[in-house]
Amino acid sequence: MRLPAWLLSDRAGLALLTALTVLAIGVPALNLLLPTDHPLHLSAYTITLIGKYLCYALLAVSVDLVWGYMGILSLGHAAFFALGGYCFGMYLMRQIGARGVYGNSELPDFMVFLNWSELPWYWYGFDQFWFAALMVLIVPGLLAFVFGWFAFRSRVSGVYLSIITQALTYALMLAFFRNEMGFGGNNGLTDFKEVLGFSLHADGTRIVLFALSALALAGGYLACRWLVSTRLGRVLVAIRDSEDRARFLGYRVERVKALVFTFSAMLAGVAGALYVPQVGIINPGEFAPLNSIEAVIWVAVGGRGTLVGAVVGAVLVNYAKTWLTGALPEVWLFALGGLFVAVTLLLPRGLIALWRRREATA
Amino acid sequence: MSELISEFDAAGMHPLVEPVDASHGILLYLEDVSVTFDGFKAIDHLSLYIGDGELRCIIGPNGAGKTTMMDIITGKTKPDTGRVFFGQTIDLLKLDEPAIARAGIGRKFQRPTVIEPLTVLENLELAMSGAKRLRGLLSTRLSKAEWERIAAVLERIGLSEHGDRPAGILAHGQKQWLEIGMLLMQEPRLLLVDEPVAGMTPAEMERTAELLKSLAGEHSVVVVEHDMGFVRSIADKVTVLHQGRVLAEGRLDELQTDPTVIEVYLGVSDAQH
Amino acid sequence: MPSRPLIRAGFLTLALAWLALLAIGPAHAADDAAARTLLAQLREADFSGKTALIEQLAALDHPRIATALKALADSRLYYQEAGNRVVIGSGDGADIAIEDAVSGAALGQISKRDLDRITTNNRLRTLIENRLASLGLASADPEQRKAAVEAFLKNPDPTESERLRARLSVETDSEIKELLAMSLALADLASPDAAVRVQGATTLGGQLRSELRGPLTKMAAEDNDSTAREAARIALARTQFRLQLLGWAETLFFGLSLGSVLILAAIGLAVTFGVMGVINMAHGELMMLGAYTTWLTQQYLPVNWSLPVAVPLAFLVAALVGIAIERSVIRFLYGRPLETLLATFGVSLILQQAVRSIFSPLNRSVASPDWMSGVIALGPLEVTLNRLIIIGFCIAVFALLWLALQRTRLGLEVRAVAQNRAMARAMGVRSARVDALTFGLGSGIAGVAGVALSQLTNVGPNLGQSYIVDSFMVVVFGGVGNLWGTMVAGLSLGIANKLLEPWSGAVLAKIVVLVFLILFIQKRPRGLFPQRGRAAEI
Repeated sequence: MRLPAWLLSDRAGLALLTALTVLAIGVPALNLLLPTDHPLHLSAYTITLIGKYLCYALLAVSVDLVWGYMGILSLGHAAFFALGGYCFGMYLMRQIGARGVYGNSELPDFMVFLNWSELPWYWYGFDQFWFAALMVLIVPGLLAFVFGWFAFRSRVSGVYLSIITQALTYALMLAFFRNEMGFGGNNGLTDFKEVLGFSLHADGTRIVLFALSALALAGGYLACRWLVSTRLGRVLVAIRDSEDRARFLGYRVERVKALVFTFSAMLAGVAGALYVPQVGIINPGEFAPLNSIEAVIWVAVGGRGTLVGAVVGAVLVNYAKTWLTGALPEVWLFALGGLFVAVTLLLPRGLIALWRRREATA
Repeated sequence: MSELISEFDAAGMHPLVEPVDASHGILLYLEDVSVTFDGFKAIDHLSLYIGDGELRCIIGPNGAGKTTMMDIITGKTKPDTGRVFFGQTIDLLKLDEPAIARAGIGRKFQRPTVIEPLTVLENLELAMSGAKRLRGLLSTRLSKAEWERIAAVLERIGLSEHGDRPAGILAHGQKQWLEIGMLLMQEPRLLLVDEPVAGMTPAEMERTAELLKSLAGEHSVVVVEHDMGFVRSIADKVTVLHQGRVLAEGRLDELQTDPTVIEVYLGVSDAQH
Repeated sequence: MPSRPLIRAGFLTLALAWLALLAIGPAHAADDAAARTLLAQLREADFSGKTALIEQLAALDHPRIATALKALADSRLYYQEAGNRVVIGSGDGADIAIEDAVSGAALGQISKRDLDRITTNNRLRTLIENRLASLGLASADPEQRKAAVEAFLKNPDPTESERLRARLSVETDSEIKELLAMSLALADLASPDAAVRVQGATTLGGQLRSELRGPLTKMAAEDNDSTAREAARIALARTQFRLQLLGWAETLFFGLSLGSVLILAAIGLAVTFGVMGVINMAHGELMMLGAYTTWLTQQYLPVNWSLPVAVPLAFLVAALVGIAIERSVIRFLYGRPLETLLATFGVSLILQQAVRSIFSPLNRSVASPDWMSGVIALGPLEVTLNRLIIIGFCIAVFALLWLALQRTRLGLEVRAVAQNRAMARAMGVRSARVDALTFGLGSGIAGVAGVALSQLTNVGPNLGQSYIVDSFMVVVFGGVGNLWGTMVAGLSLGIANKLLEPWSGAVLAKIVVLVFLILFIQKRPRGLFPQRGRAAEI
């Protein structure tokens, strides 16, 4: 098989894909083949943790596509992530069936608790896997499309756009906190039992979910890499660097933006959908503005406009977060805050730039 | 919804509106156009006609309305009153910027605006007409015909050697040429060129003059320029704008003896500014 | 044969005339002895005897009678065998403090067992209240007269209306006159004459006192005369309408008060974002610092004095932190708004965690000074003082900022740099200094806003976060770089929020407003009052 030229020239990307393949095969192997007391044995917990990082990485890739290539700093991308998560969470909720605390086969526990007598209409269909999977794409995509269509058409850009994306996710957070919304309010959706009949607590299911996350990340990366290497990718760069130039060359900038924004939101939705079964909960906190802005900093740390950088940044920052919040919880926000300042001031092109510079001088 | 999808089907690109009809020898009509910004009349009952294949220079002091006029032609600013037609049939006031660009009007900005991280080739490819439909947009390689078109323009703007270099590292003059080259890739009928030689060396100016002169005939070219020497070297017909309206029109040597023009350039207006 | 009420009324009139004579006569201060005798008789008297005694006591013009009767109504009037005197007790428990009923002299603590309570019942209580009201009615103190009429309103007694009418003819205080007229109208509702009832209802229509609504509602439902029912209905409708107006005024006031908070939170941002084009995501944390400064001052100063000290202190603290942020981070990022946004967000996280580490993650309670608590009446509208003060504070801060920008040298330089940095620099403005000071000014105002917020919400590390989205929305809605726009935007958003709240609940109201803003910005990206012209295009 011959790789297409656009992929062949992307050395960092090939390295990433290789790493993902190694992970997807190696991690399950270390879990399944080694005895539990072996020092290299990976527990299901660790696998899920890495799976979570991979979901974050996919979110970061989707942020990088719109920010790094199209110049739109979205401070609301976690909203699409959370919406995807909620869509899949609804499926998992329906899968619980009569095994809930209240034993109601039709209604999730929190609805019984609220004395609701029937399922709200927007929960229909979520007992079907295919429907939920479709919604994981459609719901974030539709929101992004409608939002983008209006915002870009009226030429809201720069910081204004960033601020209203933040307002969007903030408004969603407030809305999802309300019990009346029918998404479990404060507690969100949790206590999931199984997916497609496989127990979520079984190691095997976790391994498959992990492998799927790796696959989704690889797929998302490839899709974005291909997109930016087409002419459309050059249009994106033109829009980022000189929107007027692109417009006077005859490109309908707002439509291109809306399309790519929508695509990016769908990727974020997929990331959220894979995240939820692995962590076992989705609640309105996922809409918090801080989450979106954290995703931006992953991209900034790795190096925006590189896609690979987004993955590297997401994994490194989240690894640091896991480690610091465990070891020195007081320090984490200092570290994150300092990271924001340091990266923007000292390393505007991210870690990837360092690596490239070293390679160029070598 | 279906309309929306069909529009998106072409990556949001209208097909070319319709062919330009310049059968009366006039390509661009501005008639009685006025626009006001917060009480300031930037363009005041301006009428202007550009012939097919003509090379026209537009001069005028700062604030005469030159850039605003360009904005109106390219759809960036909508006038309060007046008519703007491209050929006999295309009403530019009904179109937005991309549609006007596709109808065949290219615009070069005052500051060279090329996409710096992209190579010279990629910049030209970006501007190529016919590549803007979704299918064209999603391809990663160039066809032979497209290659040839790009090569021809590269040759014409004198950047054949630099095709693979990022546009950002070009010299100032080269960027200006590249931007003109990008306009040519659009295959426009009308080129609007804003101050092409600002900041150029005399040698670069000379080459630019050659380039623009070679374009006339095949395209109509409107050049806004401050540099009188440059204007003299390229234009046979010059329009003087002042306070949003046409002060005088004619050959440069005639205008230079016109008392009203002299007053605007050397007298009262200087005192005002 | 005259009916019995008529006879009673006749006697009453006579008695009143006699009383009036007594009151005017030289026996101005009936001596204590008479009071003592009457009070002492209370002990033995039966119900009707007590009634008569109360009437007689009320007729005495003695300064202690009101107190004694009040004590009787409250079952605090005792007979003390030991001193053969009537005393007033106060306090609970086995031992109570007593004082002489007539002289008011304190007589120390005594066991309840040594006292003989003078019994009373509800009918007597009503009588006492009415007589007390009458006593008050004649009082020279307008406050007492007012209280007397108020008591009548709560407990209308048609037999008293003559007295009220008499008082009305000589009363000079307009407020009491109004109350008297209202009371008479209320008494008229019980008149056997339908025309009088209609008259009474018409007078009461549109009056807001809650005591009036019961009788009117009853009349509208039960009166046997249809015109009277109609009149009562109309009167109620008028009252309802005025209540509605009052409700709107109240909503408006709450809206204004929320709006002032929004303005206070946003106005500093309007300076840094609007004038300098700097996105400061740490703005909310600067407010938080202001709030913590208030808390700190209260640790060292009495609460009543702390706020006037906290305002300049909070300004200083926030301004210094702001200048430090500008000098160490923002100045390297001018012209790169998105990067500024990210870096200042980092700063905001650091400030939050710093406060959490220093002061603990728990909320701190900031006390309100006495002069800020309580309610005052603006016409029929009763408003809490702290909200009113915050509205005034907001106006003051706005005015000061406006003056600072319009009238001072720094303001001139700030505006010059905002309009054309290169030109300002060429004219000798030290733009770096101006940047730092402008940022300090905007930050300082955030600190001052924090002082105001400390009076309204919990002071904790998350205080800033909850306001940052709102403040940006206000600035963007109003039009960047336009202080008046910020003001109009803050007020209208505050009022809109409060208008929506009754039917949607607070959270949904907030969501609706946010969604409206998102849509609005798409319609008018430059806000309500955009800056126009070519320069603004950049």
